[in-house]
Amino acid sequence: MRTDVRVTDVVRETPSTVTLRFPYEPPIDPGQFVMIWLPGEDELPMSVSYAGGVSKGVTIKGMGETSRRFQSVRPGDWVGIRGPYGNRFDPTVRRLLVVAGGSGAAVLAPAAEAVRARGGAVDVALGATTGPELLFRDRFAAMGAAVEVATDDGSEGTRGFVTEVVARRLAADRYDAVWTCGPEVMMEKVARLGAARGTPVVFAVERHMKCALGMCDACALGPYHVCVDGPVFPAERLLGATEFARFHRDASGRRRSF
Amino acid sequence: MADLGVRIAGLELRNPLWLASGIWGESGESLAGAWRAGAGAVITKSIGSSPRPGYPNPTVESYERWGMLNAMGLPNPGIEEYPREIETARAAGALVIGSVFGGTAEEFAALATRIEAAGVAAIELNLSCPHAEGFGTEVGGTPEEVEQIVRATVRSVRVPVIAKITPNSADPAGLAEAAERGGARAVSAINTLRAMAIDLRLRRPVLSHGLGGLSGPAIRPVGVACVWQIYDRVKIPIVGVGGILTPDDALEYVMAGAAAVEIGTAVAFDGISVFARLRDGLSRRLDELGFARLDEAVGAAHPGRRSAAAAAEGI
Repeated sequence: MRTDVRVTDVVRETPSTVTLRFPYEPPIDPGQFVMIWLPGEDELPMSVSYAGGVSKGVTIKGMGETSRRFQSVRPGDWVGIRGPYGNRFDPTVRRLLVVAGGSGAAVLAPAAEAVRARGGAVDVALGATTGPELLFRDRFAAMGAAVEVATDDGSEGTRGFVTEVVARRLAADRYDAVWTCGPEVMMEKVARLGAARGTPVVFAVERHMKCALGMCDACALGPYHVCVDGPVFPAERLLGATEFARFHRDASGRRRSF
Repeated sequence: MADLGVRIAGLELRNPLWLASGIWGESGESLAGAWRAGAGAVITKSIGSSPRPGYPNPTVESYERWGMLNAMGLPNPGIEEYPREIETARAAGALVIGSVFGGTAEEFAALATRIEAAGVAAIELNLSCPHAEGFGTEVGGTPEEVEQIVRATVRSVRVPVIAKITPNSADPAGLAEAAERGGARAVSAINTLRAMAIDLRLRRPVLSHGLGGLSGPAIRPVGVACVWQIYDRVKIPIVGVGGILTPDDALEYVMAGAAAVEIGTAVAFDGISVFARLRDGLSRRLDELGFARLDEAVGAAHPGRRSAAAAAEGI
């Protein structure tokens, strides 16, 4: 059930993120993820950052030793791919606000492209620690989205949280939906801002994963399993009803606070 | 509709379909979800003395609908932190069976004491994980070890003790006999069969641990044979496990001698709603086969132990 493929391209997107491109035939919808195996290292769940055509891609943030090993893959190296797994964003939205924090842009960029391809309008609130870490800023601009940025250090755009941009956008314009991915505390704030305006907010959620088949319980989130019930959830299914933005589980199943 | 209620090892259960250990058992909310989906009992992940992250991925290889290979490596939050998950499941009304694994009889007994205090209705001893150094099959591979571990545990707790035995043995029924001698109130059989998958392109085993355990329909005939042999050699009830996807699969185990069954891989293939489908289908199928109650079918395939219902129909 795994397909071994040779990585064709390795692109450094920002100082902390790298995209691996590889040929993989099965169709994948934005929001879905694959399990990508680096032999001898590990197998990680990665939402696809490039979903269309045969050349798929994932964008990996360097967090620890394992993700840095994935980042040091070279063109021609073999990786194993299985999937796609999970659900998807609904691309029929007419007026969308995308809210991406850090590497959250990886899953939201192809999702926004799918909306644009159907003629929908997309605005983007893009946040990062510092200017050079603003992921896919040019890609969002190239799809014709209006991009507003925020950085923690103020090196680009609004100094502070991207949620300040979101509050401004929601006050200025009407949206059918807000899609967000990033730190859960940020996503929780976005959900509150959306709720105050009556705008539906949709999350893309990350959890530790092992089987990706709805069996092993590693990605348990409240009554859900992110691998089969997610990774895309309406905010109201998670907020208050689950541990979202409060804790996640590590590889042993222990609760870890955010 | 045939009555699916079962009494086994002193437990009164609404149906014989138990959530197998290792499936959906890391979080209390998942256990509660399996209970709400219709399971007759839910078994926790195997819990050890300290937190274990398990092996690195890949930990699973799936073969469409015929099998599933895994070497998770006994990941669990440890006995210190796990009781609150049991509390969550019990608060939802779930009948929880605690699974534990240890490296020695003393460790099993200590873990059993702790998990009993968390409120489980019974304890299942993992004597059969085929891929963890120092645990599972490595400590439950001989009748002497099984008897010693079961006896030490039974002496330490009040709730019934169930021994889950390995099929990776020349004589699994001998292990069941040993469990009975040690005081087990039931045995569950089988755990996964030791197995391996190779990636041809990469010239290496797929699982990070190399060896793993096979579950799913491929192992069902092996499990049915084990239950059949165990039924002839012990008096305590048997819980059949291995590759049950349909009501007929479950009834094979029952007629071979199982008083209840565990469901695992089916959750990956068919989702948690498999419990409701199995429950309703099992009841219908028992009707068709002329059984008023599930327990009439237990061991019905054994010569000389045909059920009253079968005798009445002249089968």
